[in-house]
Amino acid sequence: MSTNTNVAEQEVRRPPAGAGPVAWLHKNLFSSIPNTILTFVGLWISYKLIAGVVDWAIIRAVFTGSDGDACKVPDVGACWPFITHKFDLFIYGRYPEAEIWRANLTFLLGAIGLAGLMIPAVPGKPAFAVFTLLVYPIIAYYLLTGGIFGMPIVATERWGGLLVTLVVAVVGIVASFPIAILLALGRRSKLPIVRYSSIGFIEFVRGVPLITMLFMASVMLPLFLPEGVTFDKLLRALIGVALFSGAYLAEVIRGGLQAIPRGQIEAGDALGLSYPQKMGLIVLPQALKLVIPGIVNSFIALFKDTSLVLIIGLFDLLGIVQQSISSDPKWFSPSTPTTGYVFAGFIFWIFCFGMSRYSQMIERRLSAGDKR
Amino acid sequence: MREGPAMTTDAPSLPAKRKSMSLIDHIYDPRSRGIILQVLLAVALIWFTAEIVNNAITNLKKQSIASGFDFLGRTSGFDISQSLISYSNTMTYARAFWVGLLNTLLVAGLGIVLATIIGFIVGIGRLSTNWIIAKLASVYVEVLRNIPPLLMLFAIYFAVLKSLPAPRDSIELPFYSYLNVRGLTVPMPTWLDGIGYVVAAFFIAIVAAVLIARWARIRQEATGERFPGVLVGIGLVVLAPLLTFLLAGRPVSFEYPTPGRFNLSGGVTMLPEFVALLTGLTLYTAAFIAEIVRSGILGVSKGQKEAAAALGLRPGQSMRLVVIPQALRIIIPPLTNQYLNLTKNSSLAVAIGYPDLVSVFAGTVLNQTNQAIEVILITMAVYLVVSLLTSFFMNWFNSRMALVER
Amino acid sequence: MTSRLRTGLLAVTMLAVGASAASAQATLQKVRDKGELTCGVNTGLAGFSAPDDKGNWTGLDVDVCRAVAAAIFKDPAKVKFVPLTAKERFTALQSGEIDVLSRNTTWTMSRDTSAGMSFTGVTYYDGQGFMVKKSLGLKSAKELSGASVCVQTGTTTELNVADYFRKNKMDYKPVVFEKLPETLAAYNAGRCDVYTSDASQLYATRLTLGDPAEHVVLPDVISKEPLGPAVRQGDAQWGNIVRWVFFALVNAEELGVTAKNIDEMAQGQNPEIKRLLGKEGEFGKGIGLDVDWGYQAIKSVGNYGEMFERNVGEGSRLKIARGQNALWTDGGLQYAPPVR
Repeated sequence: MSTNTNVAEQEVRRPPAGAGPVAWLHKNLFSSIPNTILTFVGLWISYKLIAGVVDWAIIRAVFTGSDGDACKVPDVGACWPFITHKFDLFIYGRYPEAEIWRANLTFLLGAIGLAGLMIPAVPGKPAFAVFTLLVYPIIAYYLLTGGIFGMPIVATERWGGLLVTLVVAVVGIVASFPIAILLALGRRSKLPIVRYSSIGFIEFVRGVPLITMLFMASVMLPLFLPEGVTFDKLLRALIGVALFSGAYLAEVIRGGLQAIPRGQIEAGDALGLSYPQKMGLIVLPQALKLVIPGIVNSFIALFKDTSLVLIIGLFDLLGIVQQSISSDPKWFSPSTPTTGYVFAGFIFWIFCFGMSRYSQMIERRLSAGDKR
Repeated sequence: MREGPAMTTDAPSLPAKRKSMSLIDHIYDPRSRGIILQVLLAVALIWFTAEIVNNAITNLKKQSIASGFDFLGRTSGFDISQSLISYSNTMTYARAFWVGLLNTLLVAGLGIVLATIIGFIVGIGRLSTNWIIAKLASVYVEVLRNIPPLLMLFAIYFAVLKSLPAPRDSIELPFYSYLNVRGLTVPMPTWLDGIGYVVAAFFIAIVAAVLIARWARIRQEATGERFPGVLVGIGLVVLAPLLTFLLAGRPVSFEYPTPGRFNLSGGVTMLPEFVALLTGLTLYTAAFIAEIVRSGILGVSKGQKEAAAALGLRPGQSMRLVVIPQALRIIIPPLTNQYLNLTKNSSLAVAIGYPDLVSVFAGTVLNQTNQAIEVILITMAVYLVVSLLTSFFMNWFNSRMALVER
Repeated sequence: MTSRLRTGLLAVTMLAVGASAASAQATLQKVRDKGELTCGVNTGLAGFSAPDDKGNWTGLDVDVCRAVAAAIFKDPAKVKFVPLTAKERFTALQSGEIDVLSRNTTWTMSRDTSAGMSFTGVTYYDGQGFMVKKSLGLKSAKELSGASVCVQTGTTTELNVADYFRKNKMDYKPVVFEKLPETLAAYNAGRCDVYTSDASQLYATRLTLGDPAEHVVLPDVISKEPLGPAVRQGDAQWGNIVRWVFFALVNAEELGVTAKNIDEMAQGQNPEIKRLLGKEGEFGKGIGLDVDWGYQAIKSVGNYGEMFERNVGEGSRLKIARGQNALWTDGGLQYAPPVR
């Protein structure tokens, strides 16, 4: 989890380069013969990479057209009209066109809540936290499913694309949070049954692949319920994802709990605080703040893992791109698959890269505080 | 530490009262409260489990769904594209299970080795003083670890398929090997009499190499003289079996692949699914390992390197003898996690048609038998066991590394 | 706090589960209470169940469910379709998540007896075939020895192909995928020489390949694949509803009743038609429905012939010939017991 080390620190430690670009070049690229060889190899690889991407994405690419025939030219690069024509499908799935504003509003509210929570300069963190973690999920639920204020119900089987990816990821992290806190506290509890059941659960979940958890949710869970009790398929996948991510997050939070000095708890004892008060008022706020980077990293991992739901027949971003590639004859062309995968990869990458940058920034801020 | 409900804040619980405790006292006493809570939790857990088991049994019975583990002994009836042990569709489901498991272990084992090598190279590359190399290494890390592994697998698999020629236009390689869209086919060796000597020579060489290394260390500690024990050891392990092999009259014959109507027949084929899965898992995990290696090396205090330099160690020696052993202590725990992740991620094979455990057992077998509960439970148990074994091994390795400290 | 909250949560869960467990009941009543039929269909198979541009489900399997919904509610729109993968389909039915499984599922003995479900009829007589590239110049599946075969897991297909090659003393190299898109993509990329599946599926998927004319379906049919809807075991009434709604559609074709002329025909004198459309006798009572159950079903989706033509036959892009799926009077296998 703690793979993000401090880039700035490392740069500061470097001795200042000599004056001028020539000195910089000499020092960083041509300081010795092996180094010079490495530099040329590196330059060659960079050239190949950049030229390849530009050539494929721009020079040889097709930008206009109304079906796959436009991309059936020899030596074609990317087939961009496939993306532009299917954009809505990739983002919202088969969400009814007239209701797309609801999905957009959900995205917007979520973005506002997250921005308020994540950008350090914005005031009113507690209010934003309550909104994002408690109020927003309820609003989002009713906005997306409908059924009140005259909004027609949209069944979950019509959801798809990035919408499902975000729903699975966000619900996964929000729902896994309480689970994770309980498990982390349970694992550090002095009561043996509480401790061992927590350890058992955490180690079990961390020991099996997510895909088997999803299979369990989709083919086993229904048999565990009494006859006549059933869950929505998306909901079952969400349960699987939340339990899975809860176990991982629990270990992250446990790391934070371990970092809180014993004196803090003893001080709480001295004040006559009860266990929930000590944990809720003293230990957890400090511990959670410490592990924000770890939490963000878990979220990145979860976000990438959402793509697995396509294996159990839900259509997330990757699933719907793949479905369009393979089952829509209108868009079939040699470059459609590559274009589709690159598009999906790019969207995933933007989200994950953004989050990992954020976590690095937070880490720097936190360690800056520690260093004084 | 006390455990208990929030409403008891104003009730200091004094052990002095222990003489005669009423029910109320018990509720306010943290020890009793802990016990009560645990009993409640245990009862709830047992009830929960019982309820699940009961429901499952009722559901299965009521709908006359077959249950139990008898199915493992039944004939499977389907074929598997890659098998390390002999297998045909007339064998049992249990056999199919082992085929899948071995395929999983194969790809996970190779993946771990390759990902570690690439990860170390890239991780050290990120710390290179050469600006371009450092930048390339960080581009590698930042791009690969922010893309879902499943998507990478799809992309690599179909890229592999696209770039290779049809079987009729196979690329011919040295040693009667062929490369085409169906995979890389090489001649299959068949061992003849006398191969036992070669195997024996190999093991004897390993034992000898270990003994030499130990002797070299003891001598160096006693006299300060260095002996290239590692080099000699490697030479021994390579040369001894080779010489025996030649002396025994090359006890091997090859079955060469020959072009058939559709595919090459004969030889051993490395499937494109296997190559794609191995490549994807390796590249993805290597990005994480690179970060671990980098932070591990950065985590070794600079004074150590300066001290090594002051002792007159060359940069290579200081890296090998001073920095890496200390960095390993930081690296190993997160590295263990990455190994476990790689093993678990190998279950993504199901998406690109590599016959691993999940694909063969939790896929085909589950579908043919309809016994979801038994099959999924076995699959999960296997992954748990593999994970636990890997953890144990790495913990043992870690504790050995930690001991080196003193 | 941990344990207390947890016990609390558990108790709540148990209560909820316990409360709803008591309400297990007959499927028809359950469907009526919900106000809609829940129908499990394929995640996407042209001609049988595939969402159109607007996200509405269409296809032969889908229409069977619409007809059942019409017979119960007099409204074919009261169906909720649940797309299922091959792996999930049986559990979904067993657990009660869906009321009918109408997902190109082959009727086999083990499924009918030890998988907790009962088949109610055959809506499509299919058989497994092989699709190859035309350029290979093959005439028969008997020439396939040594070929690489792409196949989708979770189906009878995988077993049939093993049987077939074993029976004919040929060897082959299987390449098995979890889902249809990957299977097809691999076949298309040349990973396999052959793609094997139910013939209907071969025709449907051939359309999605770059140039359908480059691929041929070999004439050999290596298995019997009677596809039909299935219901949970143990609810005879519900099984009868699904079974007889389909029989009504077949009988309608035999009697010449179509969605268009149905009102006219109902006024006619033919007693068989009158019984089918509920103008004579009270046959709906026997399955717990209104007397006009047959009328509603046929009115909503047309007779079996119309359904076939619209989804997979000449009226569709698949252009599959009726073949075995013609009425028995035309030399096919579709034969429904009389309503009387």
